[in-house]
Amino acid sequence: MGEEEGLHQTQLLDTMFVRGLKRKCFDGEEDIEGTLAGFKAIPSYNLQRQSLLDMSLVKLQLCHMLVEPNLCRSVLIANTVRQIQEEMTQDGTWQMINTQSAGQTSLDRLVSTDILCRSSKEQAEGKLVPVYSTFTKDCEGTQSQDNSEIMSTVTSPQVPKNLQSNMWEMENPQENRGNFQKSLDQIFETLENKSPNTVEDLFSEVDNSYYDLDTVLTGMMSNTKMGHCDLETFPSQTSTNSKSNCKSDLNELDHIVEILVES
Amino acid sequence: MAGAGGGGNDIQWCFSQVKGAVDDDVAEADIISTVEFNHSGELLATGDKGGRVVIFQQEQENKIQSLSRGEYNVYSTFQSHEPEFDYLKSLEIEEKINKIRWLPQKNAAQFLLSTNDKTIKLWKISERDKRPEGYNLKEEDGRYRDPSTVTTLRVPVFRPMDLMVEASPRRIFANAHTYHINSISINSDYETYLSADDLRINLWHLEITDRSFNIVDIKPANMEELTEVITAAEFHPNSCNTFVYSSSKGTIRLCDMRASALCDRHSKLFEEPEDPSNRSFFSEIISSISDVKFSHSGRYMMTRDYLSVKIWDLNMENRPVETYQVHEYLRSKLCSLYENDCIFDKFECCWNGSDSVVMTGSYNNFFRMFDRNTKRDITLEASRENNKPRTVLKPRKVCASGKRKKDEISVDSLDFNKKILHTAWHPKENIIAVATTNNLYIFQDKVN
Repeated sequence: MGEEEGLHQTQLLDTMFVRGLKRKCFDGEEDIEGTLAGFKAIPSYNLQRQSLLDMSLVKLQLCHMLVEPNLCRSVLIANTVRQIQEEMTQDGTWQMINTQSAGQTSLDRLVSTDILCRSSKEQAEGKLVPVYSTFTKDCEGTQSQDNSEIMSTVTSPQVPKNLQSNMWEMENPQENRGNFQKSLDQIFETLENKSPNTVEDLFSEVDNSYYDLDTVLTGMMSNTKMGHCDLETFPSQTSTNSKSNCKSDLNELDHIVEILVES
Repeated sequence: MAGAGGGGNDIQWCFSQVKGAVDDDVAEADIISTVEFNHSGELLATGDKGGRVVIFQQEQENKIQSLSRGEYNVYSTFQSHEPEFDYLKSLEIEEKINKIRWLPQKNAAQFLLSTNDKTIKLWKISERDKRPEGYNLKEEDGRYRDPSTVTTLRVPVFRPMDLMVEASPRRIFANAHTYHINSISINSDYETYLSADDLRINLWHLEITDRSFNIVDIKPANMEELTEVITAAEFHPNSCNTFVYSSSKGTIRLCDMRASALCDRHSKLFEEPEDPSNRSFFSEIISSISDVKFSHSGRYMMTRDYLSVKIWDLNMENRPVETYQVHEYLRSKLCSLYENDCIFDKFECCWNGSDSVVMTGSYNNFFRMFDRNTKRDITLEASRENNKPRTVLKPRKVCASGKRKKDEISVDSLDFNKKILHTAWHPKENIIAVATTNNLYIFQDKVN
C-alpha cells in the first residue's frame, strides 16, 4: 500500500498511542456513523496494544519470499511482540488466554493469527479441520466450480463482520486473545529457527495455493520453494479438502490483512 | 560551517548538478544504494540496486575563472555484481550494492571495494590513453598481415588515443557470510579490511581471497535467544587494531584486536540510558543504530538512529557528548511509520572534512546539517526545482503542529517515499553528494 495511505490509515492508532484521543472503537460497520457523531471516548490501552500486536504478527508473516527476509527487521518486530506479550503476562491478561479451550470452531478463530501463524506441520496433522469445517462443507458439493469463487462468497459476508466484531468488541476480549498465545509461540519458533526453510514451512500452504498444476508444469515458479510443490503432493483439480483449504487460506489471509490494516 | 545563510562564516549551499533520470517513474534497478567520495575527493562513486557502479570524476578547475569548482562527470560505469540464486536455500541473492569503499591511491590506478549481501569485490579502475601503433605482424585493426608482405622491420610506438577507463575485478571475496553484509571498512594499515553481516564480522587480507578470520560472532547457540543484530561496523581511522560495531539495540562496542583473536568481549561499550519519559513499544526500534562513522581525527564517532544523530567521545561510554534531533516531529507518528515500514529505514550520516559539521538525510527529500561549533542546524531539500547552478538553496522548515507558517511544510504532507538515506561529503572541500531515490545531487558552497 502507498505510504501516504498507510499513514492515513494508522493515524487513528498514532493518536491513540500518543494522546489517547477521541475515537470510539468499532463495533461494526453500522455503528460507526452513529458513534462518530461527537462521541468522545478514550480507547483502552489494551485495545491499542492488541492492535499493535496484530500488526506485528502480520508483519512477521508477510515477508518477501524471493529474497531472504531482513533479519534486523524481523528481530526488531519479534522483540516488540515479546515486549507486548510480557506486558500482557504481567497485566494478567495473558492468563485469561491460557484458560481458553482449543476447541473453538466458530469463525472467531479466523480473527486470530492462528491462521497466519500455522505451520505446515500442523496443517498436515489436520488441526486445521475444525476451523475450516464451515468452508469445506460448503465447497464439497461444488467442486466443478472454481473453488476460489465459492470461498470468497462464503467468506466475504461472514468474515468481515465477525472479524470486526471480534477485533474491536470490548466485551469479548478473551476470545480474541485466546488464540494469540499459540500463534506467538509458533512465530517465535519459526523466527528462531532462522533458516529460510522454517519461514518456508510457514508459508508452504499459502504458497501452494498460488500454484495450480499448470503453473508448476510450465515451470513458472522461478521464485521459492519448489520443494514444497512436488507434483506428487499436489492435489488434482477435482479433489479435496487440501486444495480448497489452500484457496480458503489465501482468501482468508486477504480478508484478514485487509481488515487488520483498515482503520 | 553550515548556517541559515547570510553573514560571516556561514556557508551558503548552492545547487551544482543532478545526475539520473528525470521522470518520476523510477526503475527499480536505478535506485541508488550507496555514495562515496574517494580520499582525494576527485572521484565520486555510486552503487545502485541493479548492481552497477558509476564513478564520476571532478573536472580540473578552470584556473582563470574559478567561479565554481569543477563539475563531476561520468568517468566509468561497470556492472559490479550480478543477481545470483542460492540453490540450497531457494532464495535469490540481490545484486544491490550495499557499500563502496575506496582504497587510498598507490599508483596510477584506483581501487575500490564494492559489496552486495554476500560477496565483496576489489575493482581496479585504470586509464588508458595511449596505444601501441606500428606492429610488424598485425594491421592497425588487429588482423594479422600476410607474412609474405612483410618486408621491413619497425618498432611499435605509443601514440595518444581517446581516454578509455577500464574497470576489472581483481579479487573476489566470497562465501564467508551466511547473513547479509551491511558494512565494509578498510583498515588504516591498507592491507586488511573487515566485512560485517547481521551476526558476524570477518577480517580479510586484500591479497587473500580464500580465507578470512572471524573476529566477532554474536550468533547465539540457540537461535531462539536471538534478540540483537549487528547493524554497522568500522575500523578506527588511525589505530589499526581498533574497530567498532553498532547493534539493533542502540549499543556500540569498541574492540581491540590485540586483546584476543575473537573479539566477542568488547573493550568499551557505548550506551545511553533510556529516557523513561519517552518510553513506548517503539523505543527499541528507534534506538537501533543504522550507521556509525568515526570522525577524521579518530577522537569521536557519530551514530545515527531513527530520530537522532549522536556524537560520542571515545573516552566516555555512558552517554554521547552531543545529540542532534533530525526529525523529532516524527515521534508522534511512530505507529504509522511502523505500519508502513518506514521505521526500519536505515539512514546514513557523514562528517565534513574538518569534523565541524555533520550531515544526514530525512524524508521528503530533505537533508539536515548540524554545525557542532555554532550549534546551528539547517534543513535543505534536494529537488529539481532549484535547478540552476549557483542557485542558493532555501532553508526548509517542517511544522510539527499548530499553525503552519508560510513556506513551512506540515508533517502530514511529507512524502515518505522520498527518502534520503545516503549522503557523502568531499574530504577536503564543501562539496556534498546527496542521493534521492534515483538521482544524485551535488551541492557546493557559494564561491564569491
